[in-house]
Amino acid sequence: MEKSAFFNGKLLPYLLLVPQLTITFVFFYWPASQAVRQSFLREDAFGLSSEFIGLENYQALFAQPEYYKAMLTTLVFSTLVAALSLSIALLFATQADKNLKAAPAYKLFMIWPYAVAPAVAGVLWFFMFHPTLGTLARPLRWMGFDWNPLLNGNHALILVVMAAVWKQISYNFLFFLAGLQSIPKSVIEAGAIDGAGPMRRFWTIVFPLLSPTTFFLLVVNVVYVFFDTFGIIDAVTGGGPAGATTTMVYKVYADGRLGGDLGSSAAQSVVLMAIVIALTAIQFRYVERKVQY
Amino acid sequence: MVEHRPWNDIIAYAILTFGVFIVAFPVYLAMIASTHDAVTVIGGNMPLLPGGHTLENYYRAIFVGGSHASREPVGHLLLNSFISATGIAVGKIFISILSAYAVVYFRFPFRKAAFWIIFVTLMLPVEVRIYPTYKVVSDLHMLDTYAGLILPLIASATGTLLFRQFFMTVPDELLEASRIDGAGPFRFFWDTLLPLSVTTIAALFVIQFIYGWNQYLWPLLITTQDSMQTIVTGIKKMLTTTDELAEWQLAMATAVLAMLPPVAVVVFMQRLFVRGLVETEK
Repeated sequence: MEKSAFFNGKLLPYLLLVPQLTITFVFFYWPASQAVRQSFLREDAFGLSSEFIGLENYQALFAQPEYYKAMLTTLVFSTLVAALSLSIALLFATQADKNLKAAPAYKLFMIWPYAVAPAVAGVLWFFMFHPTLGTLARPLRWMGFDWNPLLNGNHALILVVMAAVWKQISYNFLFFLAGLQSIPKSVIEAGAIDGAGPMRRFWTIVFPLLSPTTFFLLVVNVVYVFFDTFGIIDAVTGGGPAGATTTMVYKVYADGRLGGDLGSSAAQSVVLMAIVIALTAIQFRYVERKVQY
Repeated sequence: MVEHRPWNDIIAYAILTFGVFIVAFPVYLAMIASTHDAVTVIGGNMPLLPGGHTLENYYRAIFVGGSHASREPVGHLLLNSFISATGIAVGKIFISILSAYAVVYFRFPFRKAAFWIIFVTLMLPVEVRIYPTYKVVSDLHMLDTYAGLILPLIASATGTLLFRQFFMTVPDELLEASRIDGAGPFRFFWDTLLPLSVTTIAALFVIQFIYGWNQYLWPLLITTQDSMQTIVTGIKKMLTTTDELAEWQLAMATAVLAMLPPVAVVVFMQRLFVRGLVETEK
């Protein structure tokens, strides 16, 4: 799409672009290229000299059992969060799409957690399920369940997943509701005339028509789990216990900061960049023109 | 609805009420915890009804901080969050409306290239390049400054794309008409385009304010002084005490304070929020 009417400034357009391009180069392209460069270097302990070591950082990275563990954790984490938050949100959205008097109020009640910071969401859930003072941990212990996310890696992962799902429901709800409302009522009426009940209509008409939204949300949710859940993990578990909740992004942070291994951290950044670019490419390739709001 | 079945509505109400309960309960619990004293909260038998220490807890959190001398009063952290969230929102709007104006309304060499250079930034969130970005900020002596908190986070393409999309829907006749009236690029922008963009600007502001307010990793990394922290990073530090029991009632009061501004934005500007959210994701 191009405008047919436009200005013919010689200098002005460049001046208008200067602020954004400057910030983009200084805080985006330069650091990103440094990450790529660093991933091929080894720095000495004081950061005074560095030597080119080719792919050694990558080789060392892929020889690390911890890295595969972080990959697996990320995979399990994203699968659980995406599956749970999408299905719960879809359930709520289909109910809110019915012609209820109180639907707008319910909509407002469902969407506000979007505004809660991931780190704050993590703290709230940690408080609820804290092994000694958590209001919801108490009934678990009464039932004889030895709940302790501070020591048990699976419990910690469950807690982080719950907080991440809770935080993401509102976003998915909003987009599912928009998707549902854009489905023409006549299609559903036609199904009803043919004698299909509500469940049958949902699975054979509504759900397939909703698939672009679902696919779009799937990609967005995976990206969300990759990056935005950092705050939740750091607030709830700090990546522990024993690395049970260390995702790939958390490992970039932990290795670079606490371990001080910038070469490995940079190599991990590059791997992550490749994954995100692939995800974004998929999103644009398959989703852009098909999603109807 | 196609057919009306009373039980259908009842099920819908039941499910939605259950949903609202799930969504609200963690926050309700935090609000309750912020009204009790430390002993009640830590004892593990906290009642589910408000206690009588509300004013004391919020007063201590906002004006005094935790019991450590090094803790910063939350009032100050709130101010930091306000400044950086507003800075991020305003900064993004400012740089992106200008660049979108250039890309849409001018013809010049490297126009497409400039657009793609900006567009690519959409793909990589700050988390994947934190240490190199940290190094840049530290080389520019911007650690522990508002500029350091704000500038790296406004380097993104969301705003530019949004404004570009909006400018494309503005009829060409408007530009032709103002040129007949003798308006140059500045006049057209100021008198015609900007007033038309008000809703888009407001929607973007709402989304970016929430985005900026809720930042965690970046402020955590570049603030070394307690006085430059944002409220979201401050809560975690309240809970990681090694020498004594964490003061959960203060942490929960802080959590409630940290949620209030962005939640208020969503609740009171719901239209703009929904619009901004849907359009920035397009």
